[in-house]
Amino acid sequence: MLRICCLLLCMLLPCNSFAESTASNPELTSAISKLPKNSLRELPKLIETIEATESPKIKTILTSLLNGDLYYIRANKQVVRVVKNTEGLYDQWHILTDEQYPAVTKSKLKKIRTNNSIRGQIKSVLALLDLSHKDPSVRLEAVKRILDNPDKESTARLKKRLAKESDEAVTQTIQVAISVAALKFGSLEEQIAAVSVLAESLEPAANNVLSRTKESLTEKTAELAEGETLSAQEKTLQTAVNKALDKIEQKRDIYSFAENLFFGISLGSVLLLAAIGLAITFGVMGVINMAHGEMMMLGAYTTYVIQQMFPELINYSLFMAIPAAFLVSGLVGILIERGVIRYLKGRPLETLLATFGISLILQQLVRTIFSPLNRQVQAPDWMSGSLEINPIFSLTYNRLYIIIFSLAVFFALMLILKKTPLGLHVRAVAQNREMARALSIKSDWVDAITFGLGSGIAGIAGVVLSQLTNVGPNLGQSYIIDSFLVVVFGGVGNLWGTLVAAMSLGSMNKFLEPLTGSVLANIIVLVGLVLFIQKRPKGLFPQKGRSAD
Amino acid sequence: MTTSTQSIFSFLPPSLQSLATKMTSLHFVVTTLFVATLYVSFCNLVFEPGSALHVSTYTVTLLGKYLCYALLALSVDLVWGYCGILSLGHGAFFALGGYAMGMYLMRQIGDRGVYGNPELPDFMVFLNWDSLPWYWAGSDSFIWMAVMVVLIPGLLAYVFGSMAFKSRVSGVYLSIMTQAMTYALLLAFFRNEMGFGGNNGLTDFKDILGFSLQSDTTRIVLFIITAVMLAIGYAISHYIVKSKMGRVVTAIRDSESRVRFVGYKPENYKVWIFVVSGVLAGIAGALYVPQVGIINPGEFSPLNSIEMVIWVAIGGRGTLYGAIIGALVVSYAKTRFTAIMPEAWLFALGGLFVLVTLFLPKGLAGLAPQLIAKFKRSDSAKAADTADTKSEVKS
Repeated sequence: MLRICCLLLCMLLPCNSFAESTASNPELTSAISKLPKNSLRELPKLIETIEATESPKIKTILTSLLNGDLYYIRANKQVVRVVKNTEGLYDQWHILTDEQYPAVTKSKLKKIRTNNSIRGQIKSVLALLDLSHKDPSVRLEAVKRILDNPDKESTARLKKRLAKESDEAVTQTIQVAISVAALKFGSLEEQIAAVSVLAESLEPAANNVLSRTKESLTEKTAELAEGETLSAQEKTLQTAVNKALDKIEQKRDIYSFAENLFFGISLGSVLLLAAIGLAITFGVMGVINMAHGEMMMLGAYTTYVIQQMFPELINYSLFMAIPAAFLVSGLVGILIERGVIRYLKGRPLETLLATFGISLILQQLVRTIFSPLNRQVQAPDWMSGSLEINPIFSLTYNRLYIIIFSLAVFFALMLILKKTPLGLHVRAVAQNREMARALSIKSDWVDAITFGLGSGIAGIAGVVLSQLTNVGPNLGQSYIIDSFLVVVFGGVGNLWGTLVAAMSLGSMNKFLEPLTGSVLANIIVLVGLVLFIQKRPKGLFPQKGRSAD
Repeated sequence: MTTSTQSIFSFLPPSLQSLATKMTSLHFVVTTLFVATLYVSFCNLVFEPGSALHVSTYTVTLLGKYLCYALLALSVDLVWGYCGILSLGHGAFFALGGYAMGMYLMRQIGDRGVYGNPELPDFMVFLNWDSLPWYWAGSDSFIWMAVMVVLIPGLLAYVFGSMAFKSRVSGVYLSIMTQAMTYALLLAFFRNEMGFGGNNGLTDFKDILGFSLQSDTTRIVLFIITAVMLAIGYAISHYIVKSKMGRVVTAIRDSESRVRFVGYKPENYKVWIFVVSGVLAGIAGALYVPQVGIINPGEFSPLNSIEMVIWVAIGGRGTLYGAIIGALVVSYAKTRFTAIMPEAWLFALGGLFVLVTLFLPKGLAGLAPQLIAKFKRSDSAKAADTADTKSEVKS
C-alpha cells in the first residue's frame, strides 16, 4: 500500500514544488543533498542510506549514478540527472522532482564520481530492488544477476524473498543462488546440502562454483602433510561435488546433443524444402531442372517485392508471400516446361543443359531488374526471439517455425500426390506414360502441372530462405547441388527418402561442425555423399519394380 | 585436288606426306594451327606496333588463352562426345593442373615477394607458417611440376572414374556427382588452411624457367607451346578415337549394355578415356596459368565447368574439331560481349544453351552437313587417287 502511495506521489511529483517532495521523504532528500560533498570513501554508506529509504526514486537515482549521468550544479550543489543533447549542451532534470532545468554547458556541472567497487555495490543493490518487482520475468532476471556473485547481504535478501515468492522458476533460481552462496561461505554441512541443490541446476554459475570448490579441495589435499587426511565431512563434500559435476556434465552433453540435433533438423528442413520440389520434377517426372535454384530465388524476390508493396504489413507479408511465390515460380515453371523441356523429352543431358541456360537467363534478369546487390528482406516480429527451455538450451522461433512449415509442406504434397485425382494422374504418367495416355489422361497437361507444382514449391522454399540468408541473384545456385544430392541420396522418386535424406544430411553437417568448422563439415558431407552414391547408385531407398529403370 | 594437297605438304618427308593425305580433319586442324601460330608470332615480332599488320602481345596472350580453352574443350568432347559421359566437373582437372603450375611459379618468385622470404610464398608468411607443407615439397623443380600436372588430375580422374564407373553410376547421376566433386574442391581450396593461398589463390608470378613472364618473347613462346600442345592433344585424341579402343568407347556411348553383353568391360574403357581426358584438361590448366598470371579457387566453380560443356555443345560434340571451334567462338564472343555490354553476356550464354540444345543438337559442326559431305567425297576421291598412284608405282 505504501508502495502504491509512493508511486502515486511520484507521478504527481513533477508538477509539485520541491518543498512537498522534501516533506514526503526527508531522509532521501538529506542523503541526496550530501552527494555533492562526500568523498568516495563515504559513498558506499550514503548509497546504503539511500537504499534504506525504500523510495521508488532509488532506482532512477542509482541507475544514473551507475551510468555516470548524475551531476550536481556547481553554483547551488543541486543534484541533477543530465543527458547530452544534440547541440552539445546538457539537458538536466532535478533528481527528485524530475523538474527540467534549462540546458547548460558542461562547465556549469560537476559529475558525481564513482569507482569500480561502488558500481559493483550499486549493481547488486539494483538487482535486489528488482527482486520485489511485480513481473516474474524481471524478478528472474534480478536473481540471475545476483547468481554469479552472491554476497551475504544479498543472500539474506534472497532468503526473505524466497518465503514470499510464488513463481516456480524464480523460486528455483533463488534456491540455486542461495546454494551458491552457501557453498562459498557456509559451514561444511551447509556446503554438502548446497551441492545436492546445485547438482540439479544447469546455470553456468552453479557449474562454476562447484568446479571452484573442487579445485580448492584438491589444493587442500595437496597441502596436507604426510599421514594427514581430509576430515570425513570434507571427503563427503568432495565426493558430492564430484558427483554433482558429473551429473551436470552429463546433462550438458545431453542438451548439447539436443541442440545439435535441433540445428541439424532445422538445416535439414531447409534442405527438404529446397529438395522436395526437385524430388517431384526430377524424381517423379525424370526431368533435370538446373533452374530449380532460380525458382527459389524468384520466390525470395517475390517476398521482397511484397514487403516493398506493403511496408506497413511486415508482420503479415510472409502469409501473402507464400501463395504469391508459389504462383510466380509455378507459372515460370509451366512456361519453361511448355517452352523448352517438352521438346527435349527423353534426352536428360540436353534438358540439363537447356535448363542451365534458363537459370543463367533468370539470374541475369534479376540482376538487371533488381541490381546485383543483395536485397534486405525483413523478418516479422513473431519470427524473432527464442523459446528458452533451460539456461543452456533454447530454440529460436524462426528455426522452429521453419521446421514446422517444411514438414507441413511435405505432408501437404504427400496428400496431393496420394489422395487427389491430380496426384493419381501424376503417378500414372510417371509409371507408364503410354498406358496413362491410353486411359485418357492428358499426359502433356499433367507434365506441365507437375512441373509447375515442383517449381511452385521451390518458390515457397525461396520465401523461407529469404528469412535465413541474403536475397541475391546467386541465392539459388548455392542450394542446387545440395538439393540434387538430397534427392539422389534419398532415392529418386521416393518422397519419404527425400525427407530422411534431408534430415540426416542436415544433422550430419551440424554434428560435424563443432569438430571441424562449417566449411570442412560441408566438404566432408559432400565427399561422403559422393562415396555413398558410388556404393549405392540408387540411393537410400531405391525404387523397386518395373518402373525402376 | 590430290596434287594440290600434296603440293602443300611437299616440304614434309614422304612418310608424313602420306599420313597427311590419309587424315583430312587431323591435318586440316594441325595445318591451320601451324599457319595461324606462325602468322601471329611473325606479325608480332616483325612488324612495329604502329603497323597495320602488327598483332599486339595482348592479342597473342588472349589467343593463347583461347587455345588453352580449346584443349580443354577437346578433353570434354573426348568424354562427352565420344563416350557419353557428361562431366560437369572438368574444371576441377583444369584447375588442379593450373595449381600445380601455379605452385611452381610461386616458388620461382623466391625472395622477390613482398615479405622477401626465399623459401615461403607470401601468403604462407602472412599466415605465420614457418615451413612449407609436405605437399609443396619438390614444387620448385620444373620436372616435378610437369609430372604433377599430369599425375594429379590423372589420379583424381582415375579414382573418381573407377569408383563411379565400377558401380555403374551413369547419366545424370554422374553429371551431378562430378559437379559435387568440383564444388567440394572449390570449398576446400577456399580454405586458407589448405595451403594454396585460399581466396586469392596463387598470383604475382615473376618468371618461368628463368624467363620473365612479362616479356613479349616469353609470351609468344608460351603461345607457341600452347598451340603445339593443342596440336599434340588433337593428334592423340584423333588416334584414340580412331583406334579400336576408341571404337569400343563410341559403342559404349551408343549402347552400354550391348557392349557389355558382347563381352567387353565398359567400365575399364570409360575409366581409361576419363583419365586421358582429365590429363588433357590438366595440361590445359598448366598452360593457362602462366599466360593469365593467376589461379584461384574460382576456376573450380561449377559454372566454369558448365561453360566448357557449352563450348562443346555449340561447336558440335562428337567431332574433335567441333570442340575447338566451339571453344574459340564462344570465348571470343565472351570477350567481345563482356567488353561491349557486360549485362548481356549471361543472357547470350543462357540463350545459346537453350537454342543450341533445341535447334542445333549437333552444334556448329553439324550446321554444315554439306561441307562434311564434300569433305567425305574428296576423302574417298583421294583414297582412290592414292590407290592409283601406288599401283602406278608398282607397275
